[in-house]
Amino acid sequence: MIIVVQIVLVLAVIIGALALMRGAGNARHQAVRRILLVLFAGVAALSVFFPGLLTRVANLLGIGRGTDLVLYGLIVCFLIFMASSYHRTRQLEARITKLARRIALDEAPRPDAAAGEGRGND
Amino acid sequence: MYNEATVVGSVVSGLLEEFPYVVCVDDGSSDGSAAIARSAGAVVVEHPVNLGQGAALQTGIEFALQDPQLDAIVTFDADGQHRVEDAAAMLARIRSGEAEVVLGSRFLEGTADVSGLKRLVLRTAAMQSRFSTGLRLTDAHNGLRAISAPIAAKIQLTQNRMAHASELIQQLADLKPVLVEHPVKIVYTEYSKAKGQSLLNGVNILADLFFR
Repeated sequence: MIIVVQIVLVLAVIIGALALMRGAGNARHQAVRRILLVLFAGVAALSVFFPGLLTRVANLLGIGRGTDLVLYGLIVCFLIFMASSYHRTRQLEARITKLARRIALDEAPRPDAAAGEGRGND
Repeated sequence: MYNEATVVGSVVSGLLEEFPYVVCVDDGSSDGSAAIARSAGAVVVEHPVNLGQGAALQTGIEFALQDPQLDAIVTFDADGQHRVEDAAAMLARIRSGEAEVVLGSRFLEGTADVSGLKRLVLRTAAMQSRFSTGLRLTDAHNGLRAISAPIAAKIQLTQNRMAHASELIQQLADLKPVLVEHPVKIVYTEYSKAKGQSLLNGVNILADLFFR
């Protein structure tokens, strides 16, 4: 049973990361992230009132303790977060590059004007 | 160039003896490299912030392409590790119509004296590009290149840092120009050795390539 959970967890990591890496900017992915966040908060709140609940769910999945389940979930969330924030950084970098290049090119003299002096009047 | 004030002046004046137009992309240097390059006679294009070597290369190419009379671009590292006569010979091969792209290689004639580990990193990078592009290159990370204008216009580098060299090879593989390698010698001065990319950078190059 534990191996099944492990495989499911690994698959969740990979699929989640891939899904969020592709077009992380769009609204649907944002909605999915928000739903996940609400679910996570809900479960966290519940576990405060019913400490035994998480352990029972964990036992159902073949994991010994509720804390372990939370740990696994956290790892998945963290990896997804890393993947999406890496993607976002790349996008941001591309934008800054475009902007900086535009400024650099606008501030420099046009090459044909700069070269024109050397070429005579062409 | 990025903070190359001690060498860029002599590199630019060395190039101007052979080439009429030298464009120097300053990648946000803080040591006055831009002013030195300008007074040495180069046209300087300044990035307002530091972006990386790949971004500087792309900026330089786009700047040069604004000139309708441009026939070819030679890329040349600002730290003085390349030889001007190699660049001139490579440009001649473009102008003679022999090739559209000439890539410098320090391994073509066994002229390189690089350390074993560095050689391994460079070989791995070359091998990686061979597997993914099918191009049989001996040196994928050499900064000395000559590219004809029509091909240069189709190049669009998005890797800002070191992985741009492999990205360039990738794009060339898709464009399928007439491509040759040209044996060049790298001048490993104390300065360029001190500045040169460390071996750990090889890890970054690979990571950038695989996690795009």
